[in-house]
Amino acid sequence: MGPRRGVAAWTAAGVAVALGLAGCGGSEDSGAAGAALTYWASNQGTSLDHDRQVLTPELEKFEQRTGISVELEVIPWTDLQNRVLAATASGEGPDVVNIGNTWSASLQATGAFLPFDEQTIGRVGGEDRFLASTLTSTGAEGRPPVAVPLYGLAYGLFYNKRLFAEAGIAQAPRTWAEFVDAAKKLTVPEKRQWGLGIMGASYTENAHFAFIFGRQNGARPFEGDEPRLDSPQMVDGVSQYVDLLSTHRVVNPSDAEYVNDTQVVKDFAAGRTAMIMIQNYATAAIRSNGMADDAYGVAPIPVLDPLPPGGKKISSHVAGINVGVFANSDDTEGALEFVDFLTSTEEQKILNGTWGSLPVVREAYDDPRFRGPLIDVFQQVLAESAETMPMVPAEAQFETLVGTAVKDVLADAASGETVDEQVVEDALAAADQRMRAGG
Amino acid sequence: MSTTTPSRRGGGQAGAAPTGPLPPSAAGERAPRRRVPRTWFPHLILLPALLVELLVHVVPVLVGVFTSLLQLDQFSLRDWSAAPFVGFGNYAVVIDLSSPVGADLLRSFGTTALYSALVVGLCWVIGLAAAVALHPPFPGRGLLRTLFLVPFALPAFASVITWNFMLQRDTGLVNSLVVDVLGLTGERPFWLVGENSFASLVVVSVWRTWPFAFLTLTAGMQSIPAELYEAANVDGAGPWWRLRMVTLPMLRPVNAVLVLVLFLWSFNDFTTPFTLFGQAAPAEAEVISLHVYNSSFQTWNFGLGSAMSVLLVLFLLAVSLAYTGFLRWRRDE
Amino acid sequence: MRSPLWTRWARGGVLVVLTLFVCAPLYVMAVSSVAPLRDVQGPFTWLPSALTLEPFSQMWKTVPLGRYFLNSAVVALAATACSLVLAVLAAYAISRYRFRGRSGFLTTVLSTQMFPGILFLLPLFLIYVTVDRTLGTELFATRTGLVVTYLTFALPFSVWLLVGYFDSIPRELDEAALVDGTGPLGALFRVVLPTALPGVAAVAIYGFMTAWGEVLFASVLTDDRTRTLAVGLRGYATQSNVYWNQVMAASLVVSVPVVLGFLLLQRALVQGLTAGAVKS
Repeated sequence: MGPRRGVAAWTAAGVAVALGLAGCGGSEDSGAAGAALTYWASNQGTSLDHDRQVLTPELEKFEQRTGISVELEVIPWTDLQNRVLAATASGEGPDVVNIGNTWSASLQATGAFLPFDEQTIGRVGGEDRFLASTLTSTGAEGRPPVAVPLYGLAYGLFYNKRLFAEAGIAQAPRTWAEFVDAAKKLTVPEKRQWGLGIMGASYTENAHFAFIFGRQNGARPFEGDEPRLDSPQMVDGVSQYVDLLSTHRVVNPSDAEYVNDTQVVKDFAAGRTAMIMIQNYATAAIRSNGMADDAYGVAPIPVLDPLPPGGKKISSHVAGINVGVFANSDDTEGALEFVDFLTSTEEQKILNGTWGSLPVVREAYDDPRFRGPLIDVFQQVLAESAETMPMVPAEAQFETLVGTAVKDVLADAASGETVDEQVVEDALAAADQRMRAGG
Repeated sequence: MSTTTPSRRGGGQAGAAPTGPLPPSAAGERAPRRRVPRTWFPHLILLPALLVELLVHVVPVLVGVFTSLLQLDQFSLRDWSAAPFVGFGNYAVVIDLSSPVGADLLRSFGTTALYSALVVGLCWVIGLAAAVALHPPFPGRGLLRTLFLVPFALPAFASVITWNFMLQRDTGLVNSLVVDVLGLTGERPFWLVGENSFASLVVVSVWRTWPFAFLTLTAGMQSIPAELYEAANVDGAGPWWRLRMVTLPMLRPVNAVLVLVLFLWSFNDFTTPFTLFGQAAPAEAEVISLHVYNSSFQTWNFGLGSAMSVLLVLFLLAVSLAYTGFLRWRRDE
Repeated sequence: MRSPLWTRWARGGVLVVLTLFVCAPLYVMAVSSVAPLRDVQGPFTWLPSALTLEPFSQMWKTVPLGRYFLNSAVVALAATACSLVLAVLAAYAISRYRFRGRSGFLTTVLSTQMFPGILFLLPLFLIYVTVDRTLGTELFATRTGLVVTYLTFALPFSVWLLVGYFDSIPRELDEAALVDGTGPLGALFRVVLPTALPGVAAVAIYGFMTAWGEVLFASVLTDDRTRTLAVGLRGYATQSNVYWNQVMAASLVVSVPVVLGFLLLQRALVQGLTAGAVKS
């Protein structure tokens, strides 16, 4: 019986150890302990670790001043929306969280966030401190904002100065026609050089361009809360974008496979693409890919000229990151204090300076880091030719449905299929119906 | 039932085992075994398993059915039990084939059915070919057997991410092979977006699962008595004939289970397409599990997602019942 | 007996093609894991331009792989151990006793095997957070929650396989033990279990593999602290780089324990499958 008893004892011991481990695991996992605030930061740096390195000293500074410790978790963009959603349902969220500002109205509808009414926003210095344009992306009109701006972003057209000179192009294109013309000149197949790089498989990116070019053509994706995703103007706008790959052939078909900015930035920094349309955070990523700051220039994304009837001069949406407070935070006061800290002039300078984003408070612009030709372009875009994405509860669905439709069309175009207005219209019509059906 | 008990190492007791063990599924049909009078003991030792089954499987299914009757979206998720009750409203949307939601579901269902059929068929054929080829002993046979099992043993997320790397248009092995080495096409094809993505999904899935078919069929073939082959040889049967007259009929009971298991695996497969394509799969390769996931988590409409899941389960239940019914009928013929 | 020439050629052909098919990804994994970053970012190279072990040291820094490893190991081991105990007890009850609800239990447990995971995902999430909120427990986003989830995944198959094993062990053996005055649990642990060891091993490795490779539930039911390898491996794609060489190195490292375990125990699994599969 000896060995047999051995087996039983062994099994029992194994189970005990395993359960013990799991138990320990469980107890370690407990969320915010005591006085600490939990902060979910979005990934703004070149890696999650980079974000952690940048934020940790700032959080320590905050703790020294207020005695409130902050537990940080940096969340990749692919997970952030689901994590926020899970926190909404579970009530076990962080105290303070970064959100993509285009989700503001969607998240407002969940009721899980502390509304920044007159009094609450007073706790972080009042509305007037913030740039007016950034405040348009904090929730549906006529309702108290769901969050306050944190980092300001806008699209720009980045171009490689050397390649422009080689192609004999004197200055950045200002109209869409000039832009297409330049892109064609810059596309040199034998040198494996392409006019423009895009992230064809990124649905968020596609949705932004559908919005931007749709607005240039006079589209209104929503009438009130009613979707109008397949209006002729939307079709024109999306076609304007897709044509770059299908008709003008100034985009490497491989770009249809790019899901994020990694490869797009890499191609640009390596001179394989002469232009990219990307948000200002890319300045940091371009630098880390070894391209000098003075090797490229930035201009507003070109606009149709003349504008079609009803069209607007839009070259970016009001992009950026907001910071919100969960309604069932145990420490609303502390959370607001932390938001006040993050939006303070000092922190705005430090953080936006590091990420390559724009401060959202006026006072921060006295810093020389936020002056200069590059920053001026983005500021000018935000002030003059940017419009907020539709602030409706269904905005998140808008991005998914339209972005995915554009992605599929781009993939077809890249595989050599004919993509005309009809194809685009069918794709958008399907997205529109899905939106109406609530799917 | 043409079965043998598995050969067991470590002890001669098993050799004395009575004929075929009692199949659990048919257990109720047999006469009760003499043994231990009424006692609480079996219930007691069953209880832990029962409890976790209830917590993790039965209750969630009931909750899932409940949420499929709710309009559960971003507005109501926070207090989900108080979400508006819409009865069969979600089902009406989902099965209305003229609506885009219904049409999408049908298309995804069709994709999945084709995907499953191909994966089951290919896995079985390849598994059988390998099992037959490795049946006669030769040097290196053990090594090959072990090697063939590796794809199944690898964690799916690790092997599929490798495939993702291989299928990249500009940097992948596949295009390097197809375009640069073999020169089959001039244009570099896409494998992860567009039409080819379906083929990619099938290949990756077959690569991962065929060793299971191989393993099962090998086990089945090992239990075919050698005398049957000898008898066939005496009759002058060639290898092809032996396969048809001896191997395949003897493998029938194994096949019955194998095909069902492969079908359920591939039909419900989430890991492979999710790891291969990421969150937004190309329309051509959007199999049903991914479709339901996206309907729930990307568009924040959990009521619709639940309704789709429930319909999916009903379908699988019907298929499984029909399948076992068919097997029983064939056995009784 | 000698097989005709064409069958030997056909057999050879099948084996060569299959070997290439099986090995291609393994080759890519191995070669890319020792290649410098520039190799894996350009067109595919069959041989690396230089050999480097850097990916194997860098991969622990790019993402917190060590933590993911620990989480995966703890979760998979605990889930396997628990499910093993539950499966052995349940299978023993079913194999040796006849009682009310016996076939009902089996049918229910087995039919959950066919349900798609997506069906359970949202409800399980809602249940965990509701239970946490009302009872103050910690299931959501903890390893405990994940263990509870995973241990049931392998349970149906384990019970089914073990019932087959136990059934083939002569009842006289444990009856003899009972006559000797050992209790039924003693009979199970001292007589039945040691005889069924191959089956137990098969069940254990199956349970471990299931938990180790699970993606769907891990993606929703974990957070930064409790993330497992299956989800964490996606972290190598950052804003500035996709570290393919590190991804491949990490894939290799996380695969080794399961592959070795599986290959060592495959004979047991084959026997288990034969016991289980052949009977139906």
